[in-house]
Amino acid sequence: MEPFKKIKSIATPLDKVNVDTDQIVPKQFLKLIQRTGFGQYLFYDWRYEKGTPRKDFVLNDPAYANSKILLARDNFGCGSSREHAVWALDDYGFRVVISTSFADIFYNNCFKNGVLPIRVSDDILQKLFSIKSEIEVDLETQSIKADGIQVSFHIEPHWKKILLEGLDDIAVTLLHESEIVRYEKSHKT
Amino acid sequence: MPKTLFEKIWDSHMVVEEDGRSLLYVDRHLVHEVTSPQAFDGLRMNKRTVRRTDLTFATMDHNVPTSDRSLPILDQTSSMQIKALEKNCKEFGITLFDINSPNQGIVHVIGPELGITLPGTTIVCGDSHTSTHGAFGALAFGIGTSDVEHVLATQCIMMEKPKTFEIKIQGKRKNPHAVTAKDIILSIIRKIGTAGGTGTVIEYRGETISELTMEQRMTICNMSIEAGARAGLIAPDEKTYQYLKGRKYSPENYDESVDYWRENLKTDSSAKFDKSFILSAENIVPQVSWGTNPAMTTDVTGTVPFPDEYGRGNPEEQKGAEKALQYMNLKPGMAITDIAIDRVFIGSCTNSRLEDLTEAAKVVQGKQVSAKVRAMVVPGSQLVKKNAEQLGLDKIFKDAGFEWRESGCSMCLGMNPDILAAGERCASTSNRNFEGRQGTGGRTHLVSPVMAAAAAIHGHFIDVRELDLN
Repeated sequence: MEPFKKIKSIATPLDKVNVDTDQIVPKQFLKLIQRTGFGQYLFYDWRYEKGTPRKDFVLNDPAYANSKILLARDNFGCGSSREHAVWALDDYGFRVVISTSFADIFYNNCFKNGVLPIRVSDDILQKLFSIKSEIEVDLETQSIKADGIQVSFHIEPHWKKILLEGLDDIAVTLLHESEIVRYEKSHKT
Repeated sequence: MPKTLFEKIWDSHMVVEEDGRSLLYVDRHLVHEVTSPQAFDGLRMNKRTVRRTDLTFATMDHNVPTSDRSLPILDQTSSMQIKALEKNCKEFGITLFDINSPNQGIVHVIGPELGITLPGTTIVCGDSHTSTHGAFGALAFGIGTSDVEHVLATQCIMMEKPKTFEIKIQGKRKNPHAVTAKDIILSIIRKIGTAGGTGTVIEYRGETISELTMEQRMTICNMSIEAGARAGLIAPDEKTYQYLKGRKYSPENYDESVDYWRENLKTDSSAKFDKSFILSAENIVPQVSWGTNPAMTTDVTGTVPFPDEYGRGNPEEQKGAEKALQYMNLKPGMAITDIAIDRVFIGSCTNSRLEDLTEAAKVVQGKQVSAKVRAMVVPGSQLVKKNAEQLGLDKIFKDAGFEWRESGCSMCLGMNPDILAAGERCASTSNRNFEGRQGTGGRTHLVSPVMAAAAAIHGHFIDVRELDLN
């Protein structure tokens, strides 16, 4: 995985609560057997109408082209465990998702792919939604800086390390090989 | 220190703990064709093997056609995914119940019926409805593909410890054939919301839960994820032990195992939960979802709500309800029983087991599906299908005008050819009414099997308490 660096970008505001992973990447695109190329299907049913981009959907607004930060509302990523949702966000170019809350499996899947999910208060999210200029997200200092705002965020130390160093988390787990073997010897399954 | 059932299972599977995270050992890993190909590719790329092929079981369920299995699969991409699973299982040495196996079926239906799912075990699968297995007192998590790869390689999962959430359901349902497990879980989600269980493992308790059969308990635990929970659990009891006895993969020294389970798998009486919610079962009536998430549900005797009434002062939720009504093409104030439907789907890991089909057949027997409705039954597994056919249920459904299909996930998520056309409205026994879930532009109403069956006959929702279901 590529190490996570500081991200500075315009943020795309997706103003909707309870966005489920069926919307992030609809099921007709889950049949691919590779991890790449899902960006074109991101929010497909909201983004296109019969193959034509819908003018009223935020991803089709040229003001947000090349945005690397997605602003979302409560309970983002609920529903299906499909990691394709994160592969689609990542492939499209989003490296950070900021919301008041995330669904558990989606939240975990983000870290596994080097996408940083950040939880902020309702108040801060409201302010970020109103900002038109660039937002800076610094993982090292765990801070978000934007026009008139500077706020810190929480991240589990384990994930911070994996993201900053771009580690392979299977290799990290296998450092515990002796403990795993010991467990296997003392427990029948 | 007194512990909850969840804490006991968690502690007994902990390999190592660091930075507030635990490495947990996984007893059973279930694999299906949609969320696994990239995981196997990852293993190959890093020259890794599957650590415990003896604890890993695979089947194909999401993509499989439910029509004649002797015919080739027309959808090339589906076919490719199914072939990829066959190839991966062969290469890595994993037991596969393939499309022609008598044990093929929805992964969450076959796990319990084969005795792969056992009390006190940890189970993972690249599928959010893995919570189903919690009905047996197993700690069962849905995981993403990267974690599938992680478990294949290490037989462990790294997790932050979830909080505990007790949901106590008390009292007797007035009409248990009409007010089903599906209505109980929809009532819970409706009250606590789709994020009500986020970050927690729910333990369902109380006399109502004790009275449920194993299949009904699976329906409850299955939809824990629809309340956002990491997992749902029910402590095992004599019904659990009876259900699992003599199953293909149940332990050989079964009585000894039962003794151990009886002794160890319950929440201590003085154990504390981080959160509690109590529901009385006495006043639950049949439920029908009206919106685009499972919390957008109401009583069959009710009306489609006004968005401000649903939002209760939360502008975001109110906006969500407005969008949902627009998508569902419903007007506030309309009676639920006036909603006419085009399709009926009885199936999915929520409601496709033998008891679901038996109950639905009671409604259907001797009746005809409305001329305006196309209805189908998709048994959860080949074994469910076989058992149902032995009881003559297939004939009851077919005589009434239902299609009787082969087993799989089918129209719960429409990855196979079973999908809704845009604008079609479906009474579905599945678990998600998200936009486009059953087909782009399709409209889903979540209901119990008896409610779906009755809707098929009448062409609109009716209150099944009016029927004689005993």
